[in-house]
Amino acid sequence: MAPAGVLVIIFFLIPVAIVLYLSVTNLASSNFTSDLAKMEYVGLKNYETLLNDQFARKIFFNTIFYVLVTLSIFNVSLALIVSLLTTHIDRSAGFVFRALWILPRITSPVVYILIWKRMMAEAPFGILNQFNEFLGQPTFNYVSTNPWVFVVVVNGFIGVSFGMIIFTSAIESIPKDLLNASLVDGSSRMQRIRYVILPLIRWPLLFVVTYQTLSLLTSFVEIQLLTDGGPGLYRTEVWSLTAYHRALSNYFGNAQWGYGSAFAVLLVMIGVVLAVIYMRVFRFDELVAEPRVEAL
Amino acid sequence: MEIRIDNLTKKFGDVVGVENLTLHIDDGEFVAFLGPSGCGKTTTLLTLAGIYKPTDGLIRFGDRVVNTVQPKDRNIGMVFQSYALYPHMTIFQNIAYPLKLKKVPKNEQNEQVRRVANVMGIGDLLDRRPGQLSGGQQQRVALGRALVKEPDVLLFDEPLSNLDARLRLTMRGEIKHLQKNLGITSIYVTHDQVEAMTMADRIAVMNLGHLQAFDAPDELYDRPKTRFVAGFVGNPPMNFLDVEVSRLNGQFLAEADAIRLPLGAERGEPPAGHPGAVVMGIRPEDIQIADDGDVRGEIFVVEPLGREDLIDVRIGSNSFILLADTEKQYRAGQPVALKFDMSQAQFFDPQTERSLLWRQ
Ligand SMILES: Nc1ncnc2c1ncn2[C@@H]1O[C@H](COP(=O)(O)OP(=O)(O)OP(=O)(O)O)[C@@H](O)[C@H]1O
Ligand SMILES: [Mg+2]
Repeated sequence: MAPAGVLVIIFFLIPVAIVLYLSVTNLASSNFTSDLAKMEYVGLKNYETLLNDQFARKIFFNTIFYVLVTLSIFNVSLALIVSLLTTHIDRSAGFVFRALWILPRITSPVVYILIWKRMMAEAPFGILNQFNEFLGQPTFNYVSTNPWVFVVVVNGFIGVSFGMIIFTSAIESIPKDLLNASLVDGSSRMQRIRYVILPLIRWPLLFVVTYQTLSLLTSFVEIQLLTDGGPGLYRTEVWSLTAYHRALSNYFGNAQWGYGSAFAVLLVMIGVVLAVIYMRVFRFDELVAEPRVEAL
Repeated sequence: MEIRIDNLTKKFGDVVGVENLTLHIDDGEFVAFLGPSGCGKTTTLLTLAGIYKPTDGLIRFGDRVVNTVQPKDRNIGMVFQSYALYPHMTIFQNIAYPLKLKKVPKNEQNEQVRRVANVMGIGDLLDRRPGQLSGGQQQRVALGRALVKEPDVLLFDEPLSNLDARLRLTMRGEIKHLQKNLGITSIYVTHDQVEAMTMADRIAVMNLGHLQAFDAPDELYDRPKTRFVAGFVGNPPMNFLDVEVSRLNGQFLAEADAIRLPLGAERGEPPAGHPGAVVMGIRPEDIQIADDGDVRGEIFVVEPLGREDLIDVRIGSNSFILLADTEKQYRAGQPVALKFDMSQAQFFDPQTERSLLWRQ
């Protein structure tokens, strides 16, 4: 408890407490002070403003859409498919394939997004559009016509590798005898995946769902770099990005720390509630309490 | 189901799993694969099961060549050393799994699983998970799962090696009994020669990926065709020493240093015709400590085995293992005389290691 407790206090509870405090003040660039006592207490006014904000609703549903779609298509499904495929082919080929797929994650986001932007940029700069021109095809403004597709795909490509690593190691740690037994018992390879492999990697699966939901909720760097919430008004703006925009990067040079903090506080609350729900539904306490081998 | 394996080779890259194996197994026969660790027993079994594709050679079940047939289409039951029970399924689901894959109707599944479970004596464990069973019980479940689909061929990969000695004895009897009753062609992999000797109709002895012998147990024991087989079959193992065999006025004589052993024509003639030294093999039970023994030596070590003592006798630079009554209370350092039953002696070519008495 002790070391973990200290970490939680320093890196989670104290920042949350500060943000919580900021969210009930009207601290902004115009009345900036670093003295906690001098900040002007405004009660729940920021939250009131937020609830009446005509865009908060849109941003909220944007966030749900972004998290659900990226999580289900990429971070879980594609990760699972990649893991299953690469563990069913030649070992070293599978390894190389997975190693390549880790590149987006270990590349700096700025570089990674720049690559995508260069690929997709409008004519005559974008590489794809240069191909289009070369082939006599019409050119497209890819990112601004389909911003969501790009936001999801660009994040999804990074997201896959986490689940991929977890699922692959889980699949590879299933005893060979068990896999062979299933084939001898009369299963096809697909049936083996369904009846033996998937049930045996149930815990890693639930872990990835939980962990990736929370990290998608709070990640915004790639979106910021790719579309910065646009094009237009909040087309691809997500909650965590709003918190950043309001608090630290307001268009009018007026950073509203108090108001942005209100967004952040709500995000923390959503995260905590989701985490508790996941832990209940998936019964992670059981997972931690005893080795699964015994209880399965 | 008759199984015919012809020139089967399985390699993993450069590593030889099994090489040029030819083996014809009759319908309903119980064959044991016997051999030291790493000799290719499991590889052969998994190739038969269809998990590995043969690098070369032919495998036929009856008249059907099965080289490229998927495991699920071979109708094989297999029992693994690790049991390989599915930990997320109940015992019932484990046994029913092959039936479910065959799309057998639910009520029939239920009936067959219960029938097999009762035969195996695990009828009251069906609701448990594998993790809640003892090793012996898991073993029975694994056997039940292999039997429930009424396979044409049963494959066993060291199924008893994780059980205690007593349970092993019981299961040995039960498996053999079941196999004979059902008449299912079976291959049983083991490196326990007692298991192989007691259960199998014929034993295939393997070493380093090669078949050494394929014979009935008493044939292997009494007429080993290679030195490896002679040394591997039998416990404690056969004693070997280099001798010169010569003919002396119609008599034969095996000589090594101070040891001179007279031989009958039946065993003496073939090695005498072989130029130079040969390897003689003699089993521990064919050497006795007797006052009127032909050869004198000294006891080096005495290992009590309970029923009898295992005694290592040194004669010059040669060492002989033999068995003696515990009541005689032999002690290390004691001088003794040995009597050899030379009518049981074996002779091998030192280069080819083939028997000089029994030709293949
Ligand atoms: N999947 C594999 N990849 C590479 N080499 C393998 C593989 N399986 C077996 N081998 C090699 O093939 C040889 C035979 O192995 P096998 O498992 O058949 O031995 P075994 O007779 O069953 O031994 P044991 O009694 O220890 O189970 C060994 O040298 C082993 O290292
Ligand atoms: Mg083996």
